[in-house]
Amino acid sequence: MRNLIDILKNGILKENPVLIIMLGLCSILAVSTSVINALGMTLAYSFVLIGSEITISLMRNFIPKTLRVPIFIVVIGSFTTIMSLLLQTFLPDLNKALGIFIPLVVVNCIIIGRVEAFSSKRTVAESIFDALGMSLGYGVVIVSIGAIRELLGSGTLLGFQIFGLSYKPALFFILPPGAFLTIGVEIAILNKILSKPKKKEGSK
Amino acid sequence: MGELQNLMNIFINAAFAQNFVFIRFLALCSFVGMTTSMDNAVGMGGAVTFVTVMASIISYAVYQFVLVPLHVEYLQIIVFILTIAVFVQLVEIYLKKAVPSLYRAMGIYLPLIATNCMILAVALLNVTEEFNLLEATVFSFGASIGYVLALVVLAGIRERLSYAETPSILRGYPLIFFIATFIAVAFMGLQGIAR
Repeated sequence: MRNLIDILKNGILKENPVLIIMLGLCSILAVSTSVINALGMTLAYSFVLIGSEITISLMRNFIPKTLRVPIFIVVIGSFTTIMSLLLQTFLPDLNKALGIFIPLVVVNCIIIGRVEAFSSKRTVAESIFDALGMSLGYGVVIVSIGAIRELLGSGTLLGFQIFGLSYKPALFFILPPGAFLTIGVEIAILNKILSKPKKKEGSK
Repeated sequence: MGELQNLMNIFINAAFAQNFVFIRFLALCSFVGMTTSMDNAVGMGGAVTFVTVMASIISYAVYQFVLVPLHVEYLQIIVFILTIAVFVQLVEIYLKKAVPSLYRAMGIYLPLIATNCMILAVALLNVTEEFNLLEATVFSFGASIGYVLALVVLAGIRERLSYAETPSILRGYPLIFFIATFIAVAFMGLQGIAR
């Protein structure tokens, strides 16, 4: 059990897929214009990641080594298609807001990377926890960026007015440049936190 | 409104006004990862341009002549990604045998291209925008030009930046994103030039 918790924590902090490994940036920056969109994207993304990791982990003893990448792509593509059809039917507004980034989950480097590096070698239970950890790591980043951009860019959080009606929103944060600025600041802060214990290495 | 004007519009929109990197946020992994030197940026840009245009034409044909007649349009995600992956693999095999010099220059970029989200995005957008074959080709070429432009600009700045004295907590990724912020502001100014 302790091992499983470690795997979960690994995904959120030490191997955070976005801020540390710099993967899956496209969807993070594009759809983080509001908290709702960010939560929706996390949901869609975790569905595909968890589904693919479980499936690959179950099949790991039957997949021939030479054919593994095409099989991974078909599995991930199938889950993406299922998720995209579900969203179109039940959450059409969200589907419209996320747009092209729903089908693009299939080429998200994090998913194929985790499937290849982790669940094609590990048990189902470990894979589930890895997928949960990676999804949480992704979610924390995208929701925090979404919260900052929504708060500064439209003065609201989850649609509620925070700063009152007299606040003049800085439209800059909703527009594309605002996304680059927000993630730049977040990575800088994380660097600062992570570099503190080993100050000598960082100052060279 | 002539046909030529329409095509110009699609091209300018894809390359500048709706730039794939700065405005649409696509292909950011390679934008951050492959711009450490100008050689890398140009090599990656050339390889992506070739694959994007060819994959756009092939996926257009697959959609019109296979998926539509069989009424299985909902399979487009899987079919397109497999088409692109197979195409990239074939190019790699062909280059290795036929043009080894080009393979040595371009070879290391090819495996990275199959997961470049811009290529799949162009193929999917061709369908949603209901482009015909000529329009789709122009669109994919415009998108690639915008991508090459973004890579070359960032690589140029990063080469200069490596000699500069920068604050240690901003070194590396944060600075790249700050530079991208300013370039994106500049691209916002081009919004009005296409319809």
